[in-house]
Amino acid sequence: MNEFVERKIELQWHEPKRSYDVVIVGGGGHGLATAYYLATRHGITNVAVLERKYIGSGNSGRNTTIIRSNYGIPEAVRFYQRSVELYQNFESETDRWVMHKRKGLLWVAHTEAGVRAERARAEVNTAFGARTEFVTPQQIKEICPQIDLTGGGVWPVLGASYHLDGASARHDRVVWALAEGAMRRGVHVHQRTAVTGLLKDGDRVVGVETERGPIAASLVVSAVGGHVTALAAMAGVRLPIRTHPLQAFVTNHYALAFDQMVASSSLLFYASQTARGEMLIGAEIDRQPSYSYQSGHHFLQSCGFRAMTLLPFLRDLRILRQWTGVCDMSPDYSPIMGESGAPGFYLTTGWGTWGFKAIPAGGEQMAELIATGKTPALIAPFSLNRFAQDRTMADRGSAGTH
Amino acid sequence: MNIQIPCPNCGARPIQEFIYGEIPVVPETLTDADARDLDRAFMRNNVEGVSAERWFHTYGCRRWLTLQRDTRNDQIYAE
Repeated sequence: MNEFVERKIELQWHEPKRSYDVVIVGGGGHGLATAYYLATRHGITNVAVLERKYIGSGNSGRNTTIIRSNYGIPEAVRFYQRSVELYQNFESETDRWVMHKRKGLLWVAHTEAGVRAERARAEVNTAFGARTEFVTPQQIKEICPQIDLTGGGVWPVLGASYHLDGASARHDRVVWALAEGAMRRGVHVHQRTAVTGLLKDGDRVVGVETERGPIAASLVVSAVGGHVTALAAMAGVRLPIRTHPLQAFVTNHYALAFDQMVASSSLLFYASQTARGEMLIGAEIDRQPSYSYQSGHHFLQSCGFRAMTLLPFLRDLRILRQWTGVCDMSPDYSPIMGESGAPGFYLTTGWGTWGFKAIPAGGEQMAELIATGKTPALIAPFSLNRFAQDRTMADRGSAGTH
Repeated sequence: MNIQIPCPNCGARPIQEFIYGEIPVVPETLTDADARDLDRAFMRNNVEGVSAERWFHTYGCRRWLTLQRDTRNDQIYAE
């Protein structure tokens, strides 16, 4: 299957009905995946997805499209491994080409502590179902000949964890495949329909107020990204979310193949090559919480310098574009999924800088929660009440942040 | 983003010289002591608009300052 033989995507748009069984707020990957899996796995199609701009216009269209499961804690490895597997079957299941490609991900260590961390990552990954092995500098050079093993003479490469299932996919295509799959089965997707309030009956959330009138719902699901705090507040739910900008950039095209993805915890950047040949590079979040989409020169300067330290060939490339997304960061760098505490209101949030890879598993598990009313074991550790119960899922080192 | 922070001791300096310090605001409506502790530890207003915050001038005078910033566009209003 490729773009030349692909069927033309035909979408059915509808006027909003006055009521649905399930209303999902947020037409990004997670919202649409939840609708898709409700329709395909559970036959629940009286569902509306509300998006204030156009689908995939938020962080689903701004991420760096990396799919991986090499996390640092067992619960996260299990969850993201499920997502990696769903992504591997995504094209045959949806009958759409999303440019999914398995590439492998090198997570490079430059210090003794870093080597210990990468060895630990390989161990915990192997124990809980992800394929990751520790590799020596010589093996790194065989996998990725472009790496400067001396790290510019400052950050010598001492080893790396090599995640064999590291992959990437075209983010817009994932969003559109999910939307098309859901809409073909009867789900309504309403673009340019901002939610302005929640309809409540006592504490219970019974619908949403939108720019296009009120919509009643038996269940409202928030799949909102950076702006989730305001929506949750309408339901009376306090969230541990801080919204931070995350920047990324692409260069002009690099003539050689750069087949694997490279990340470094010490140098705080990650790089991969897009299907067009551009080098796609991202780094850490901006330190101050902000909803501003402004990109800045300081990021290009510092991130570009760090990337060139490890990958000197980047010196010959030029930056074409940079952009920013606003991320819903959770304090323990793990997502928040499940019941919110307010009846009739479920959450899938805290996707921060690691949401794209989790789209299929997040959607599948949320759909199961909605259909059965029971929290699936895979996402039970990521409930909102973990903060009150003092069992945070701290995994900052794996956020990385991509 | 090239944000300049007005430091009362050093004048306008780039944001990279500073460390962000948030001011947790626990809602008055929360009365239970445990709930207030939880809220103070984790929950945030995450204001989209103007809010007060603190910054520490790490690479400067090493003093704290308070200012108002609009998180929609990073416009800064000195206290």
